[in-house]
Amino acid sequence: MLKNEANPNISKTTRLPRKRFYRARAHSNPLSDSHFPVPISPSHVDYSLCYPQLFPPSKQVGNSKKIQFADIGCGFGGLLISLSTLFPETLMIGMELRDKVTEYVKERILALRVANPGQYNNVSVVRTNSMKYIPNYFEKGQLSKMFFLFPDPHFKEKNHRRRVISPHLLDEYAYALGVGGIMYTITDVEELGEWMKACLEGHPMFEALTDEELEADLVVKLLSTATEEGQKVARNGGQTFRAVYRRIVPTI
Amino acid sequence: MEETAMEDGDHSRDREVAPALIAIHPTQESVAVAVGSDLRVFDLHNGCPISLVDDSSEPFHLDSIRVIRYGAKGKLLVTAGDDKLVKIWNTDTRRCIYTVSSEKRVSAVAISNDGLFVCFADKFGVVWVVGLDGLHETQTLSSKKAVPILAHYCSIITSLEFSTDGRFIASADRDFKIRVTVFPKKPLDGAYEIQSFCLGHTEYVSCLAFVCALEYPEGFLVSGSGDSTVRLWDIASGSLLDTCEVSAEAGLVESNGKEDECCFAITDLCAIPNSSLVAVAIQGLPGVVLLSCNLSDKTLSIFKVIYIEGEAFIPTGLGTSSSAEFLWMVTGVSNLQGSDSTSLTRVKAISGLTKINPDSGELETTVLEDNDVPGGMQLLEKLQGSASIKEEVFLAAAESVKIAMRNLLIKKQYSVERRDFRKRGRNDRKIKH
Repeated sequence: MLKNEANPNISKTTRLPRKRFYRARAHSNPLSDSHFPVPISPSHVDYSLCYPQLFPPSKQVGNSKKIQFADIGCGFGGLLISLSTLFPETLMIGMELRDKVTEYVKERILALRVANPGQYNNVSVVRTNSMKYIPNYFEKGQLSKMFFLFPDPHFKEKNHRRRVISPHLLDEYAYALGVGGIMYTITDVEELGEWMKACLEGHPMFEALTDEELEADLVVKLLSTATEEGQKVARNGGQTFRAVYRRIVPTI
Repeated sequence: MEETAMEDGDHSRDREVAPALIAIHPTQESVAVAVGSDLRVFDLHNGCPISLVDDSSEPFHLDSIRVIRYGAKGKLLVTAGDDKLVKIWNTDTRRCIYTVSSEKRVSAVAISNDGLFVCFADKFGVVWVVGLDGLHETQTLSSKKAVPILAHYCSIITSLEFSTDGRFIASADRDFKIRVTVFPKKPLDGAYEIQSFCLGHTEYVSCLAFVCALEYPEGFLVSGSGDSTVRLWDIASGSLLDTCEVSAEAGLVESNGKEDECCFAITDLCAIPNSSLVAVAIQGLPGVVLLSCNLSDKTLSIFKVIYIEGEAFIPTGLGTSSSAEFLWMVTGVSNLQGSDSTSLTRVKAISGLTKINPDSGELETTVLEDNDVPGGMQLLEKLQGSASIKEEVFLAAAESVKIAMRNLLIKKQYSVERRDFRKRGRNDRKIKH
């Protein structure tokens, strides 16, 4: 406790980490060689490290639960925090490439767990390049929801291959999602919104949710309200472009 | 010191060397060797060199050839490499029937079992497909457009291989990953469905091969890697069945204890047809290791190490025909610094891979003398460029192949100061004074 008192990065009133001490560049090069540890395969993912309360390190077996939600490029983690209480029984993970931002989310989750005993134990964050290492984290069909909220737009055509939604990367997302699993994408950049929609529309393993289904889905509303980026867009009165698709069995 | 050397390697293309490659016609009609931009083919059936004809260009390739491969029951030969050209040759007419332009340098090629599609992979991780509908109209020399079907995210693809039954295509990359994709009925529309990922290697994956088994139509996948292991996989589930620490078990590490592990990277694999054997070429081993693949127990173990006596022959490529009468080996590099000849190659063959001694249960393999190699001295003269080559040249060649492979595929590790130094050159961080 004393240590926390002294730590200037932690707010004294809310006991949450303060964002101004975790400033990072807005972008990170997804193409560069990664020098952070990556699990060799999904069975090497250390759940006791991510979810220490649910997977006590002492017990080797017991809990066979697997991560079901992945927030790709989770940023400061706003969506995860909202989802955590909405789906308390589901394990979820945020994946973020920028190390300082990941550090912030880590601290934020830890602080929330302390402030709300018994809550937020199902949420975790990891620093990784999800464009390269999704198969190292998730088995085939393991996920039921994937989120891509306000991804980097990469306007230049030569940089389109850096976009997190692209026709070939969708193959990998379709692999990680179980049949019926849902991909949520949203952006405030019209051009990117059209691109993501076109990619998903053109992929034989995804189909769009109907308007009724979108209306009934609790999570859809969170896309624009729960994230820091979404709140910023709303504050500035910006427009958002959403594409929500379901993983289906391809018809051959 | 070492870091400066590596830095040089980053910038100068002169140091980039390509290993010599070999491909054997499935019914042993011919043998092809590629070294640098040079493509040499010898007709084993008639015992004479073959000159290929390409009406569109001469020389055939302008830069190092990185893949040569026979396919479609021997009707096709495909060559491709750093000049971003994929050439598809008809082995009957010995003409180039298609030249396909790639956007990036080509690093791997596979030909579908029915011979209707040629897939190639580039250094940016994209796998492309070309349909060969007009294969039999041999007179039309046309250029074809390739279609991207799948991609590894911006990672060099090192090997492409069709499963034995042709239903899957496996692709390996330098990010330790092997992806098994369902090869669709209409590949030109894309290959979306991933069957599995085979994950377990801890360094780049250098080569793939399928071992046939009657009960398992898709075959078992074996992979070699820079982590000096060969692994056996079930491609349906992607599960790792067995790992063979080849260099340790073959006794390479003890004899050479000081060297770091990556010196024993696996360079090539060749599944011996009609048997459960796999021949393995390892950096630093003057010979080949034969692995035995026990498909009922799903294990991989060392069967025999064949040393090549009397010369420093470290193979850079392996090949065999479908009868597996001979295991062909090649060693050499495209351009060796400090040497007068531009490209160096040496070809050798091993016989006896199919004959098991009934008494001892051992293979009676023989490393053939130059005169006993099928095709004899004439073949060697064609494929090697000359009949005899000085020995010390080969050690230097093996060394430069090793360095080239390391520079290409191993992830570079920089110290903190070094990384800061490199970042200084970045545009977005020009120091504001």
